[in-house]
Amino acid sequence: MPTEPTPAAVDARAAVAAALKDVPHVPGAPKPDPVLIADDVRRMFGGVNAVDVDHVEVQRGAITALIGPNGAGKTTFFNLLTGFDKPNSGKWTFDGRSLGGVAAARVARAGMVRTFQLTKALNRMTVMENMRLGATAQPGENLFAALVPAVWRPREKAISAQAEELLARFKLDTKRDDFAGSLSGGQRKLLEMARALMAKPQMIMLDEPMAGVNPALTQSLLGHIQALRDDGMTVLFVEHDMHMVRHISDWVIVMTEGRIVAEGPPDSVMNNPAVIDAYLGAHHDTDLGDDALLDDAVLEQLRTEEEAR
Amino acid sequence: MRSAVLDPGGTTMPPLARRIAALLLLALTSATLLLVASPARAQGPVASATAACVADAATGCIVGTLRTAAGEPVVGAVVNVVGPQGDLTATSDATGRWSVAVTEPGEYEVTLDVATVPAGETLRDPANNPRTVVVGLGASAAALFPLGAPADGGGGDTGDEPSDSPTTGTEGDAAVPTTPGSTGSGVTAARVAQLTVNGLVFGTLLALASVGLSLIYGTTGLSNFAHGEQVSLGGILAYVGTQLVGLPLIPSAIIAVALGAATGWLQDAGLWKPLRRRGVGMIQQMIVTIGLSMAISYVFQFFFGAGPLRIVTDTPTSVAIGPVRITTTTLWSMAIAAIVLGGVAYFLLGTRAGRATRAVADNPALAAASGISVNGMIRIVWTLGAGLAALGGVLIGLYFGATSWYSGGALLLLMFAAVTLGGLGAAFGALAGSIVIGLVVELSSLWIPTDMRYASALVILILVLLVRPQGILGRATRVG
Amino acid sequence: MDWTRILTNVAGEFFAPTTAAYALAAIGLNIHFGLTGLLNMGQAGFMLLGAYGFAIATIAGWPLWAAVLIAIAAATIFALILGIPTLKLRGDYLAIVTIAAAEIVRLVGRSTALTELTGASSGLRGNQYKDTFQDASPFDDGNWALGPFEYAVNASNSWWIRIVGWVVVGLACWLVWLLIRSPWGRVLKGIREDEDAVRSLGKNVYSYKMQALVLGGVIGSLAGILYVLPRAVQPDSMGRSMTFFIWTILLLGGAATVFGPVLGSIIFWAVLALVKLTLRDVVPTTFLRSEQIEQFGWIIVGVALMLLIIFRPQGILGDKKELAINAH
Repeated sequence: MPTEPTPAAVDARAAVAAALKDVPHVPGAPKPDPVLIADDVRRMFGGVNAVDVDHVEVQRGAITALIGPNGAGKTTFFNLLTGFDKPNSGKWTFDGRSLGGVAAARVARAGMVRTFQLTKALNRMTVMENMRLGATAQPGENLFAALVPAVWRPREKAISAQAEELLARFKLDTKRDDFAGSLSGGQRKLLEMARALMAKPQMIMLDEPMAGVNPALTQSLLGHIQALRDDGMTVLFVEHDMHMVRHISDWVIVMTEGRIVAEGPPDSVMNNPAVIDAYLGAHHDTDLGDDALLDDAVLEQLRTEEEAR
Repeated sequence: MRSAVLDPGGTTMPPLARRIAALLLLALTSATLLLVASPARAQGPVASATAACVADAATGCIVGTLRTAAGEPVVGAVVNVVGPQGDLTATSDATGRWSVAVTEPGEYEVTLDVATVPAGETLRDPANNPRTVVVGLGASAAALFPLGAPADGGGGDTGDEPSDSPTTGTEGDAAVPTTPGSTGSGVTAARVAQLTVNGLVFGTLLALASVGLSLIYGTTGLSNFAHGEQVSLGGILAYVGTQLVGLPLIPSAIIAVALGAATGWLQDAGLWKPLRRRGVGMIQQMIVTIGLSMAISYVFQFFFGAGPLRIVTDTPTSVAIGPVRITTTTLWSMAIAAIVLGGVAYFLLGTRAGRATRAVADNPALAAASGISVNGMIRIVWTLGAGLAALGGVLIGLYFGATSWYSGGALLLLMFAAVTLGGLGAAFGALAGSIVIGLVVELSSLWIPTDMRYASALVILILVLLVRPQGILGRATRVG
Repeated sequence: MDWTRILTNVAGEFFAPTTAAYALAAIGLNIHFGLTGLLNMGQAGFMLLGAYGFAIATIAGWPLWAAVLIAIAAATIFALILGIPTLKLRGDYLAIVTIAAAEIVRLVGRSTALTELTGASSGLRGNQYKDTFQDASPFDDGNWALGPFEYAVNASNSWWIRIVGWVVVGLACWLVWLLIRSPWGRVLKGIREDEDAVRSLGKNVYSYKMQALVLGGVIGSLAGILYVLPRAVQPDSMGRSMTFFIWTILLLGGAATVFGPVLGSIIFWAVLALVKLTLRDVVPTTFLRSEQIEQFGWIIVGVALMLLIIFRPQGILGDKKELAINAH
């Protein structure tokens, strides 16, 4: 399990960087090989435009970070793209298929699987049951087929093997028969990610994967995310923690007040005046890219504000 | 559902158990005290209704035959019939038959006086005594009281009587009280006017009850299934005051409302606050309210029987305003309800405590962080909600002419419908929802049978959920 | 006091048709609530609809199997009507809509406008619709005694209804046992825990909830048939209280368990019979009238439900760690 950058990881990162080399650093910039293209996506809450995105593209096989101050509409945008919320207007395509207004379950089946900011591990099910639930094409999930074990047992075996493999990779194999509720916050994040991978998605959407994870696990989580890219998966993630963004992402999209205000590779975005304004406008006391952002108290404050909305 | 951490390990069990036991004890003893020497329900004069009744254009009959478990006729058993025509009594003849002639069609409640059946005979299904029959003119309705071994413990092949209800009083009786002008047929301007007024009256009275339900839901997230019993409690306490203690109506009503509010305070102090502190989840708490509702309603039945309880016995005087007839009592009730609802609105909008209540409803964590005592506000809401429900119970009891163990229970779903229509937890929504429900209930009897009109309100509820799940005044919430 | 008679009667409750009917209804509710987390507060409505469907079809001259199919169809349609508006909404909406819908069924059934069809509030007499069921019995008529328990073989409160009732209960338990262990049951369990998580994994949560609602409702309608076969279809006896009794039974035995509903029903009715029969023997009727004893029994049920859900929400057979209640 590569927590340290391996040659493959370096290669993948370099390849993505090369592909994105000529992309202009402007909001809504076209990408050479976009897997997700969204146009005119809007969502109003009580007269306020929570999301107002004119155009955005996400590069296939890259790790793209979606950052922005609290209330910028990142999670709402996530919810819209994944079918958990309905936009007032807008359309988007995923891998060439139109997914605007499509129900969450069908979005997931199309190959775009998400995780949640507040981890949704199924606490009263075991780790293994959680994993099996993530699998697709299990005929036993049909009511009538469920009554005939012979129909679904073979697939169940294959699913279990796949689950064991993923659990080993995420170092959860010793916990396989524990209730998910007994895991630590970080382990639950890992479980949620592993469970999402059971469906073998093309693109994985992570909503604040570091939130509530203890620092010891953070490094390993980062490694896992990079490994996903190295396996050829597209990753889009929402994050507050600028430090993390800088370390692992290939491309950064900045949202504020529902709009995309900047795009570009991490280093260029960090120095963009619009981005600094956006952050300073929201938090005078926090410095962009400053490690103070890693401070637990600040993170906690950010999270409470997010939840209180 | 709100999330809450379940703590099945329960560290606070013994004190909680004591509190609950104390609460139940208190409820039982206070009810007992109120009822010491309560007279048996007044029986009408034994009329000579033993002559067999013949149904004709102006007469309907309620008839029955009483036989012992062994199949012998029961002679001399007394049956009381209470309904639109007042109290009637019949005695079974040598063949076990009894009959009562009525000249007013409608629902009658038939009670077999079990003291008058031969020794050793018991009702096979005591739950069905009294039972309700509907009789029309020119028709006979049967009211059978099978005797024999109780429940379905045995007793051979006699299971063909319409009996064996698990409930004691039937839930249907009180559900559809008649209101002035609601009978008749056809759509006439006068009738529409009368029903509209009835609907506004009923809606306003319903609002008294549902605003409390909505406030409790808003501040605590609890769907209180026992709120109907709070309404019944108000009516029954007023009945106790006027009929058993002998107080005039107004002091009796004031005492009923005060005691009703006190039960809200006590309930929160003795039951809900400990449950919240224990982290008992919302669904669990909701099921607690269901148990509470069952327990209280059967306590009412235990002490007051299943029949109607008249708070005042004199016939109300009515006045005509254009084509609309309305009783003076109702006019007074409306004035009181309007003042009280106005007061609640002022409390919520104009006072510090009221604004704090709404802040708790919006976001308890934030309210607590801004120095509001969330538990204190919840206590106020429980007290206020129960007091309003009691007032509603008194006024509804006066409006319909009688209260009963089930008068609030029958309205519970209409309250839920009103609260849901208005948007769960929005107090003013509940007010608007109640008026809508009142009008729907009354006006629907223009087109559908009167005894189905409560159903029409519930159908509206389901339809509204289809179109606008957040209710009339509610707002959509963010997912995720 | 005649303990032998009391205990015999109490033991009779263990396998009485009513016990079987309530067990079956609770199994249906278990599929809703225990397996899927659906707050169905209108199980009595499914039962009443099944009872009406069966009785009315039989009275119209339909054969036994067709009448049962009518009951199943009625419950299916009812579940669809309830589910379409509410299964996408928060759980407490389903609670309010189901309890309202059950009330609608009862109010419409008891309306004088439908006297021809439903017999209004006096209902439909058992003799009108139980012939097809009794004729289906392979046994000869007469009475038969097993120890102290003597019932008619086929008529009314019979051995035949007991046999059929408990066989159906057994089959339903087997069905639940199969489903709980299947991937289908796993999806339901996931929905009970957190439906958004399951949705994010590509499962059509709405469809699964609907399947569960229909399946549990159909089992409820069969319970309704079972309930009315030894008595009459009486709308007012199948109201809100009946739903609450079923909830008490389910929580007593243990939600999300296979045998919880059955155990719950047996204990519920046996204890209730014990309390009432004992009181009837011990307390003079001058002090407590017989209907007051009845009411006292229901007060106990209400208090028991409160204590149970507070102190032992997992019931007798449930596992605290896998508690069905309050998952989110």
